[in-house]
Amino acid sequence: MGIEPGRLHFSWVSSAEATKFIEVVNEVTEAVRALGPHDNFVKHMPKVA
Amino acid sequence: MVGYTDKIREISERLLKEGTVDMVIGFRQGSMPMMNEPCFAKRPEDVEKLTWDSNCGINLANYLTDRKEKIGVIAKGCDSRNIVTHIIENKIKRDQLVIIGVPCKGMIDRRKITSMFETEILSVAEEDGKVIVKTGDAEKILEKEEVLQKNCAVCIHRNPVIYDELAADLVEEQKDIDRYADIREIEAMSPEDKWNYFDDLLSACVRCYACRNACPLCYCPTCFVDESQPQWVGKTTDPIDTKTFHFLRAYHCAGRCTDCGACERACPVGINMRTLTKKLEKDCFEYYGWEAGLTLDARPPLDAYKPDDPEDFIK
Repeated sequence: MGIEPGRLHFSWVSSAEATKFIEVVNEVTEAVRALGPHDNFVKHMPKVA
Repeated sequence: MVGYTDKIREISERLLKEGTVDMVIGFRQGSMPMMNEPCFAKRPEDVEKLTWDSNCGINLANYLTDRKEKIGVIAKGCDSRNIVTHIIENKIKRDQLVIIGVPCKGMIDRRKITSMFETEILSVAEEDGKVIVKTGDAEKILEKEEVLQKNCAVCIHRNPVIYDELAADLVEEQKDIDRYADIREIEAMSPEDKWNYFDDLLSACVRCYACRNACPLCYCPTCFVDESQPQWVGKTTDPIDTKTFHFLRAYHCAGRCTDCGACERACPVGINMRTLTKKLEKDCFEYYGWEAGLTLDARPPLDAYKPDDPEDFIK
């Protein structure tokens, strides 16, 4: 539905895997930041005169 | 398929007379051509109203939700699959139902036929795979094959999958059908093109929710679009709100949708929202080998965990 590959991530992280959690968060943040903002679903207020 | 009517009436009358069921849910002639409407026959004399032709596209499983009576229900292939889904989801009990199976040869697309004529259509009749359409000043004979509803043209489950009585002999299923050509075309688009495609597809939507109301899967007491605390989605016809509604509704139908076409048929502006539900239907088939409503003995894929579920997308 118009969302780029690489914007959506899935991962299994156990509550005991703190290191993996940090890695995943960093990877996801970097990947999404590289793609830039996605404003398709941002609702713009109608312009009122 | 026109000959089915007598048999349907005969079975319904017998069931009502014997008291096996409290009512029979079927179809009666609508007030306009090609607009048959649901009919609840509660007395043996009511069965005269029941009818069957190629305009019975409404999914009658929609009228079974949470019913307490004993019901006879007319079911074509897709209806029967939705009845199975209803039973699996505890919306009705199997022993409450007498399913009168109707082997289906497809429903006709009233929008397509209407668009072929400039004046109002006064009557539509059927004979031997032909559809005879009469307007005030003309009469035209169409091949039924060419005016089938889009979902019927690619249907591979025309026979009811579950039934107690049959209104006619089973029909031959369509083989070698490419069900998903249109979906593959959209899948191949770039994210931007996809967005524009859906933008265009849904731009005519007036948020009347006819698709949701016609859908047998949409039986939530309060739909997420009607909730106001919390308000999940805006209630306006803003394109973002409209897309959110359609995308989410489609997801709610994942692994449950039988592609009966009730949503598209009910839409007053002719939006093909089946594009969305069909993509999820395709995914369910390709990932889990699942087709909704074929058996009472298996749980739907989103309802059950299997160690070998595909998980390539999980990193």
